[in-house]
Amino acid sequence: MPQVPQARRSLITACAVAVGAALTTRAFGLLAPLQAQGLAPTPTMRGGANNYLPGAHIVPRIGGGGFWLTGTVRRVGDGAPLQRIRIQMWAHTTEGHERDPHSHGATLTDENGVFRMEMPQIVPAFGQAHAHLAYDAEQDGNGFETVFLRPLMRSARDKSLSADFVLQKA
Amino acid sequence: MTGPRSVRSVLIWAVVATAIAVPSMVAATSPLLAWRDPIYIIGCFAGVSALALLLLQPLLVGGYLPGLRVRRGRNVHAWVGGALVAAVAVHVAALWLTSPPDVIDALLFRSPTPFSVWGVIAMWAVFATALLAPLRRWQRLRAWRLYHMALAVVIVVATVVHAILIEGTMGVVSKAALCALVLAATAKVILDVRLPANIRRVASRNGNRPSV
Repeated sequence: MPQVPQARRSLITACAVAVGAALTTRAFGLLAPLQAQGLAPTPTMRGGANNYLPGAHIVPRIGGGGFWLTGTVRRVGDGAPLQRIRIQMWAHTTEGHERDPHSHGATLTDENGVFRMEMPQIVPAFGQAHAHLAYDAEQDGNGFETVFLRPLMRSARDKSLSADFVLQKA
Repeated sequence: MTGPRSVRSVLIWAVVATAIAVPSMVAATSPLLAWRDPIYIIGCFAGVSALALLLLQPLLVGGYLPGLRVRRGRNVHAWVGGALVAAVAVHVAALWLTSPPDVIDALLFRSPTPFSVWGVIAMWAVFATALLAPLRRWQRLRAWRLYHMALAVVIVVATVVHAILIEGTMGVVSKAALCALVLAATAKVILDVRLPANIRRVASRNGNRPSV
């Protein structure tokens, strides 16, 4: 009886294991897309929640506008866009300090998980030109964990700033 | 009186006055001020003033300023030190009133802004220097000088890093020039007078053995 050489037998075993692993992964992937490895949740940034005023109204724009704060909201894992997610923004602008209520506003993401808010020009305050964004679980019924962001502008002359959220279920 | 000496005096004072006046004027005309409340503006200028006073300190104690040589210079140095403490206190208090959570984060060393750590280090070093100052009469002078100088180095280095990293009301170039002068003046006074003298004394106390 001819013997299958050791090397070839190992190769066959390795192939079988690989195909099996691929099929298993695929099957589990189809069954539970949320478990798929991929996008990690966005962590809250240091100082992100400073001067937050919970419950700012959803507004078409903050103040006179001229500056755009934009971004996306996706879910952890497969990165599917999340719609109708409430995002609140505030910043030190040409029209007010961070603590002023009129410097705050909220908006909802569209069907592509995109949010866009027009607001007055952000100006450097406390040493950096920056914005604050919040996904607050207590202000939004979708049940994701709260995240506060504090993105920096590359230049104080920029006319827009973007920040993205990847949220996970609480 | 005219001559090389008085020309030199005028030049020294002109350089010092320019180094302080230009960044102060840039700050006073900064467009950022239009979007800040009075209390925030007071906080900004207290910081600018503290940096300006920091240039005077090594020049006064080293006796480099014409008309304020050694003894008078040292008296004024003490008064300017007091003003420095007041400027730092106003700076921090006004910023606290403007945005309490940002200042609390800074004081607890958990701020996202890299410059605030340096600012808080400089603040504590200024306060420590002020507490140490009255002990000059009771401490042995040599030890007191070493503590004072070590704190001065911490104050100067931390303040310069703090100031350079901030995007604020002072112009980038004039602020950098003022910071460079503060560093240079501090280095000069340490290298010129104090440190070599201290090292020589310590060496002679150890029996003049040459260190290898």
